[in-house]
Amino acid sequence: MNFYLVQFLAGLASAASLFLVSSGLSIIFGVTRIVNFAHGAFYMLGAYVAYSLTERLSGALGFWGGIVVAALVVALVGALLEMLLLRRIYRAPELFQLLATFGLTLAAEDLSLLIWGPEDLLGRRAPGFRGAVDVMGLPFPSYDLFLIGIGPLVLLLLFLLFRRTRWGVLVRAATQDREMVAALGVNQKWLFTSVFTLGVFLAALGGALQLPREAVTHQMDLRIITEVFVVVVIGGLGNVVGAFLAAILVSELNAFGILIFPKISLILVFLVMALVLVIRPMGLLGKAEGPTRAHASAAAPWRPLDGSVRLLVMAAVILAALLPFAAGDYALSVASELLIFMLYAASLHFLISTGGLVSFGHAAYFGLGSYGAAIAVKSFGAPMLAALIAGPLLGCLGALLFGWFCVRLSGVYFAMLTLAFAQIAWSVAFQWNAVTGGDNGLLGLWPAAFVATPARFYWLTLALVVPAIAVLRLIVFSPFGYAFRAVRDSQLRSAAIGLDRQPIQWASFVVAGTFAALAGALYTFSKGSVFPDNLGIPLSVDGLVMVLLGGIETVSGGIVGALVFKALSIWLTSQTDYSKLALGALIVALVVAFPKGIVGAIEGLGGRKVRP
Amino acid sequence: MKKLQSILVAGIVFVCLPTIATSVSAQDKIKIGEINSYSALPAFTEPYRKGWQLAIEEINAKGGVNGKMLEVISKDDGGKPGDAVTTANELVSKDGVVMLTGTFFSHIGLAVADFANQKKILFIAAEPLTDAITWSKGNRYTFRLRPSNYVQAAMLAEEASKLPAKKWATVAPNYEYGQSAVAVFKQLLSAKRPDIQWVDEQWPPQGKIDAGAITQAVAKAEPEAILNVTFGADLTKFVREGNTRGLFKDRPVVSFLTGEPEYLDPLKEETPEGWIVTGYPWSGVKTPEHDAFLKAYQAKFNDYPRLGSVVGYATMMSAAAALAKANSTDSEKLVDAAEGLEVKTPFGPVTYRKSDHNSTLGAFVGKTSQKDGKGVMVDFTYRDGLKYLPSDEEVKKLRPAQ
Amino acid sequence: MTVLSVKGLTKSFGGPKVVDNVSFALEAGEMLALIGPNGAGKSTCFNIINGQLSRSAGEIRILGVDTSGLDPSRIWRLGVGRTFQITETFLSMTVIENVQMALFSHHRLLTVWRKPARHFHAREAEALLDLVGMAEFAGRPCRQLAYGDLKRLELAIALANEPKLLLMDEPAAGMAPRERGELMSLAARIAKTRAIGILFTEHDMDVVFEHADRIMVLNRGVLIFEGLPEAVRRSAEVQAVYLGAGTLYAESHA
Repeated sequence: MNFYLVQFLAGLASAASLFLVSSGLSIIFGVTRIVNFAHGAFYMLGAYVAYSLTERLSGALGFWGGIVVAALVVALVGALLEMLLLRRIYRAPELFQLLATFGLTLAAEDLSLLIWGPEDLLGRRAPGFRGAVDVMGLPFPSYDLFLIGIGPLVLLLLFLLFRRTRWGVLVRAATQDREMVAALGVNQKWLFTSVFTLGVFLAALGGALQLPREAVTHQMDLRIITEVFVVVVIGGLGNVVGAFLAAILVSELNAFGILIFPKISLILVFLVMALVLVIRPMGLLGKAEGPTRAHASAAAPWRPLDGSVRLLVMAAVILAALLPFAAGDYALSVASELLIFMLYAASLHFLISTGGLVSFGHAAYFGLGSYGAAIAVKSFGAPMLAALIAGPLLGCLGALLFGWFCVRLSGVYFAMLTLAFAQIAWSVAFQWNAVTGGDNGLLGLWPAAFVATPARFYWLTLALVVPAIAVLRLIVFSPFGYAFRAVRDSQLRSAAIGLDRQPIQWASFVVAGTFAALAGALYTFSKGSVFPDNLGIPLSVDGLVMVLLGGIETVSGGIVGALVFKALSIWLTSQTDYSKLALGALIVALVVAFPKGIVGAIEGLGGRKVRP
Repeated sequence: MKKLQSILVAGIVFVCLPTIATSVSAQDKIKIGEINSYSALPAFTEPYRKGWQLAIEEINAKGGVNGKMLEVISKDDGGKPGDAVTTANELVSKDGVVMLTGTFFSHIGLAVADFANQKKILFIAAEPLTDAITWSKGNRYTFRLRPSNYVQAAMLAEEASKLPAKKWATVAPNYEYGQSAVAVFKQLLSAKRPDIQWVDEQWPPQGKIDAGAITQAVAKAEPEAILNVTFGADLTKFVREGNTRGLFKDRPVVSFLTGEPEYLDPLKEETPEGWIVTGYPWSGVKTPEHDAFLKAYQAKFNDYPRLGSVVGYATMMSAAAALAKANSTDSEKLVDAAEGLEVKTPFGPVTYRKSDHNSTLGAFVGKTSQKDGKGVMVDFTYRDGLKYLPSDEEVKKLRPAQ
Repeated sequence: MTVLSVKGLTKSFGGPKVVDNVSFALEAGEMLALIGPNGAGKSTCFNIINGQLSRSAGEIRILGVDTSGLDPSRIWRLGVGRTFQITETFLSMTVIENVQMALFSHHRLLTVWRKPARHFHAREAEALLDLVGMAEFAGRPCRQLAYGDLKRLELAIALANEPKLLLMDEPAAGMAPRERGELMSLAARIAKTRAIGILFTEHDMDVVFEHADRIMVLNRGVLIFEGLPEAVRRSAEVQAVYLGAGTLYAESHA
């Protein structure tokens, strides 16, 4: 019995750290609707700065002062970033801020590496909370007790801040209706800045308070960011109390889950999130939002390619087909990889741009495609061409299954459920050693003899990718594609003309998943091996970046985004160890320069838009 | 201009790629391709890089190999197997390297090993620990330097069998490395000590240990001894939590790799007393080979070597030795030369066994302790890897038929 | 022919009844206005008929079909067109594509293959735009339309499935006075020529009295009066409700 109490307390202590970081993210999202990918980076910076300060300042005051000052310093950095960067792009299409904060995260990782060095840094223990206290006969770290107290304390302070101050009332109003607050004549700019600063302060404080518990590393950011997102979503977006409950739920389930299934931690939070979202589509305490209003897109209505441009595209494809006569083996392998990622990005772009369905887990279908192909070869001895069918088939089945649940939700909840399913698929690939080879993957999956040379494989890839992208475009301009766009444009209007949102979105989800899986199957043979990375979060994020970079309001911007992003990252990886810094800075620069994405910007230059 | 995108797609593919594709190589140098997770794991790969840089400098200072200077083209793999294969391809297809070396993560090592097999080019896997790379998924072109998972487990199981403890618990990261480390350790220890009971196992996800809950869970099982396979940030967290909660009090702990400076140094005053570990006590090794290495390393970098430094150094020495023995840059001849190749390393001479392509590099087994607030290894001895590797007959059964 | 019949319609959101035992019928070709002060339950009533809200009790028949449990898209397929208080159109499309979209759905043409969508039902869409006087805007991006034009576009969209019942929620809201009259005249003309029954809510009493064939007055969820415009104007009860709220005078002379 005593043991279970202590285990419960251990869970609470973990929940406290998780809550601090989550509450900040929740507040930021609630008001600004920014999916702040950099939240983990601020958490990490908080820990690093706190380390530097507490190593220099001595005594209890030095330690605790260092923790608070670190959080303040990082909050200041956050405020500056909000003013210099995010303010410029609030009007950009939805989620574009995600791209900016992703760029910041990449850069922050390498910057912290340059400033604090590569090694793990273990900070001091907290003065006054060094040892353990006796809790019903079992030793329990006194610092954990301190954390258990901090969680509710912060919740209480936030509660008072939101209920008892004018600022808090404004923030709550903004969480419910942003347009209304703007109409009230409140200076929205400063409201956003102050909210962002508070959120960053909480993240940094969460990081700083980890100092006595764990070593500071430059991987802290990514370790926490997904978990924090999950907690925020389980709790209900913008709901701080929900985040608090979710943090406790997740931490306690983990603390007790490992007693029965020691391997559960790997996937637990995602299982919980999937379950919660399937049962409660708005999270534990989230409120159902009414049908969203039709939103105006700034871009000109989409048109299929007209005659002259179609000729140009055909010429370009022919030129691409002639590439093997001009390029070497490595260039051709890279070109194949670029083509594969173009298809991957195009499939995600179809979901996001045409249907407004932002998937955070699109890599699942890419990965299912690559595993489908690999397993067909390894377990069933299928020839390569059969494997290239088996891959998309598995992706299609996966999309059918996962999509059915996902299209019941919308917005960020949809995005997070796709992420949850992707992580579940990932963990299956990661754990099912007998079939997937676990994290050691499946090897020896090289192209069949008839496409064994890089040139032939390139041609095969081209022959599959170009028609696949063409089909995706065809769908966009087909009546079905119009219907898919219609349910994005206006839920009310589309329901009022007899369009059923869910079946249309489900079908589109399956289409996108199947094409992503085709890309994944090709990827398997271009690399000769598959690993769980093929369905991992980084690949999903890469896909998002490609789409956003290309331009979300374009028909096929993702293709260009994929080309630019993938070519850059291959080149940078090859040229420098600080590719993340370079890529991150570049993304931030692109975001500021081209808030409509690359293709969106090119279209703007063309001035084809008819002015109202 | 909506259409520009499509033009760009095809246009950029066609126009830009050939410029990347120029591959001209001067033949007065022998090029060696080197891949590692420099951006993803700088704490481990930086010392590694310094190690091979020192080796190259020494080799070229003595006139290179076969009258030619060695040039290392070093690339980052970003910690992703897919990118590692792209990089390997660049090195082989574009840069024209004669062999590949490096890698840290097991799965990346496996991906590159498979690529090497496909391209028929020698690959010396420097750091991957997985047994699969030379056994179940071994191939003709792949060799591995560092003492494998199996060897580490065998060394530790030998020590563990001398302990009186009968009830054991294990804590290991939940992926192939952790799983196979625990499996081999259990198998070897149970073989030596049939009386041993395994009372608990914990599998925190790599990098995301919930140390408080794990520590409690292990304590609840009341083991008499603990096997730890966690490392890095997880280890630090686990150790601090375990120290606070008294988990390690009067309980022997056997721990993989914890004596390596990469993992031991961050622990500082948290370093637990008396853990039985494998590692590299750089300041305490007193052999002429190591002294020479240490002196040169410190002179060049003004820093002390980590285990990665030794591995990096020995990797490039192995590459040079293979080239010298083959007296050729032909892949097949290099592979033939690498089989049974003898190389001098800071730990003494090692051999790449013909039977399974594992080197016989060993490790130090000793106990952890604290000295001036820093973690050190005490009571250590060097264990030759050969002593712990299965016999040639046994590994033959483990490797796929050629 | 009765296109819409409502019997004993009741709705409560857990608390007091927002719509209380409302019954009425609407004939083909008739324009029926539903008026009442703010919070009278007009919108709730409307949203139950169009399927957006569920009812607590009562029966609704559209062209003889009981609509309980049907969602808006099923109700639309019965032959119901709809316009919104604040226009809901597909802003990423052109004007004609908006109408075509409704036609695709009406003709159950959600295919993926064959020619691009814009080639389907273009004639029909043009005819509908012509009907509402929007033919010249066909190729314009929808988001560039003035508000009054959007309202007319909505009408064209609503007519795409050859409806027998048209539900118009405050059709004149947000328009200039002259535009309001034009739109309502247009709607009335179409209702008569195509034998469509129109149920609409409206705040602008000029519009109501000028165009409605019949008027229903709702107050606190209860239907307090129903009759011809003159009768409504004379009704003391209605006067009381509106004068009590002080809105009838203000709104009709605003």
